[in-house]
Amino acid sequence: MMARLKRRAWLSAGNLALGILLLWAGWHLFDWAVLQAVFLPDASACHALEGAGACWGVVAEKYRVIFFGRYPLEEQWRPLLAIFVMLGLLGASAIRRRRGRRLALLWASGLTVFLLLLKGGLFGLANVDTPRWGGLPLTLMLTVFGLGGAFPLAVLLALGRVGRWAALRALCTVFIEIVRGVPLVAVLFMAAFLFPLLMPKGWDIPSLLRVLVGIILFAGAYMAEVIRGGLLAVPKGQAEAAQSLGLSYWHVQLSVILPQALRKVLPALMNSAIALFKDTSLVIIVGLFELTGALGLAVDGDPKWRAFALDGYLFIAIIYWIGCFAMSRYSRALERTT
Amino acid sequence: MKLRAYALQALIVVAILLTLYGLATVVAARMRGLGVEPGFGFLGQRAGFDIGDTLIDFDAADTYGRAFVVGLLNTVAVALVAIVASLLLGAVAGLGQLARNRLFARLCVAYVELFRNVPLLLQVLIVYVLLIGRLPLPHEAWHVFGDWGPDVWLSKSGLSLPWPVWSNGALILERPVLGTFTFSGGATLTPEFIAVAAALTLFTAAYIAEVVRGSVQSVSQRQREAALALGLDEAQTLRFVVVPQALRSMIPPLANQLLNLIKNSSLAVAVGYPDLVAVADTTLNQSGHAVECIAIIMVVYLFLSLLTAAIMGGWHARLLRRQGGSA
Repeated sequence: MMARLKRRAWLSAGNLALGILLLWAGWHLFDWAVLQAVFLPDASACHALEGAGACWGVVAEKYRVIFFGRYPLEEQWRPLLAIFVMLGLLGASAIRRRRGRRLALLWASGLTVFLLLLKGGLFGLANVDTPRWGGLPLTLMLTVFGLGGAFPLAVLLALGRVGRWAALRALCTVFIEIVRGVPLVAVLFMAAFLFPLLMPKGWDIPSLLRVLVGIILFAGAYMAEVIRGGLLAVPKGQAEAAQSLGLSYWHVQLSVILPQALRKVLPALMNSAIALFKDTSLVIIVGLFELTGALGLAVDGDPKWRAFALDGYLFIAIIYWIGCFAMSRYSRALERTT
Repeated sequence: MKLRAYALQALIVVAILLTLYGLATVVAARMRGLGVEPGFGFLGQRAGFDIGDTLIDFDAADTYGRAFVVGLLNTVAVALVAIVASLLLGAVAGLGQLARNRLFARLCVAYVELFRNVPLLLQVLIVYVLLIGRLPLPHEAWHVFGDWGPDVWLSKSGLSLPWPVWSNGALILERPVLGTFTFSGGATLTPEFIAVAAALTLFTAAYIAEVVRGSVQSVSQRQREAALALGLDEAQTLRFVVVPQALRSMIPPLANQLLNLIKNSSLAVAVGYPDLVAVADTTLNQSGHAVECIAIIMVVYLFLSLLTAAIMGGWHARLLRRQGGSA
């Protein structure tokens, strides 16, 4: 009894100390981020802070470069609209319970509009080449198109790896394990330096497309392992029953096995999507200016604002955090309903 | 029927091998066209660049091959430090999420949610900018442990600490001394190293915490109750009953996280810490041997991955053997 009381007392003393510490830290954070912070794009006010408060002014000053990279200034309503188109598509697919042909049509038209807005060259929109693309639209584009390309590749690789053909099994296994064994940076280097050597002389595939192919190969290998787990979890009887009904291999896989397998691994696939969203930040290493790279672009060359890169990075971290957190919460909600 | 399947498979394999051979020929021809002779002979040539952070002696007169060794050692160094630190932090945060102290548990959950949902690259950059921007110049360095503790200094040039060296056949502790511009003597961890190691640790530990939490929760509540009923206290229950059982299901996903950590150490290139990838990047831009440099990166990481997987697999097998059960 005494021992328990003593424990209780220690526990609450610890609680109190921790609580006070947290309150103190929380107050300082609030003080730094809000009370003392400079929200206006006033560099001299930011410098006058000497670190006592956050300089969100760097975002207010540089938001165009941060969000749109090197996209031509007078055309920036287009990437802005493209962001909303993409967010609308994602929102519509998340909210609506009915999946199927209409959703597919919506995505097809939505992505066409998205690309048309960014690229232009039609309907009187000025042409903007891919090296000028950047910021948030580029992050969204790499994530969504990366996932869209990686998913079918992953399904094929997974089917190949659990299939009956030994040669195909070996090939898929070797590909998956090699890609999973190397860092994404190495794959991006391949996209940047090796792919051009594979093209006939004079062919110039835009860097963006090459990097996208690299991302698809990388994410495809990881997702293949997730899907393989799902395929192995579907009872053997399912395939045998479908086969005995006289269905072909592809018919069995597409309408019997895969739907069950994918439902089982939906949360894990969602994790792959979150990982890919975060991994797109690496493309700065091969010279594409998505959200993370665009901030460097905005402040590195500007002596007035260079000192406030930290505040800019924190702002971007908040954007990524919201995206990832929303996705993981959505994944949990899906788990409960299916 | 069987024969046809074999024939088709053979055909696929031959077609893929031929394609690879064809691509290799094309690449070799293109490289010769650019005036670069394919092959690893260039590793013996003079590198001509300096490396800021080295564990073995290196200067611009040394070869590309030695530069790669320097890079590999740096990769291993930063990965080892981050592995040890993230295992410790991950274990604390993972068990902490289940702690009876609600406040501490909440704090651990908040930590995991915060650091898992921000890209690692961004975390590396944030820590780096923080260090570079907020630390004092060397001649105003912070004396970390005060004037009486061990001689550890923190400044823009990094963390300088005493380091044992051989001198006249005896091992002595050499202390860092402030020169005109920076510290000399002892050992110095550069801000780049600290940024990469710290960000890798914070990021990976958040994932390890989830692995630890999941495994501990998967141990049946009855086991815990039985242990408490036998008179073990809370700490003993955790140490002798819960953790040994949790370890079994913990090691495979833990191995995965360590593999990720090693691969993620390649982000060092973003802040200029000279790891293997950074050295390869410089070399391929300078010498044009892109294919060879990428091949070296891939082979080294595959080897490191296999090595880690083998070590963790061996540990897992030994644990299962000793506990005499199946996972």
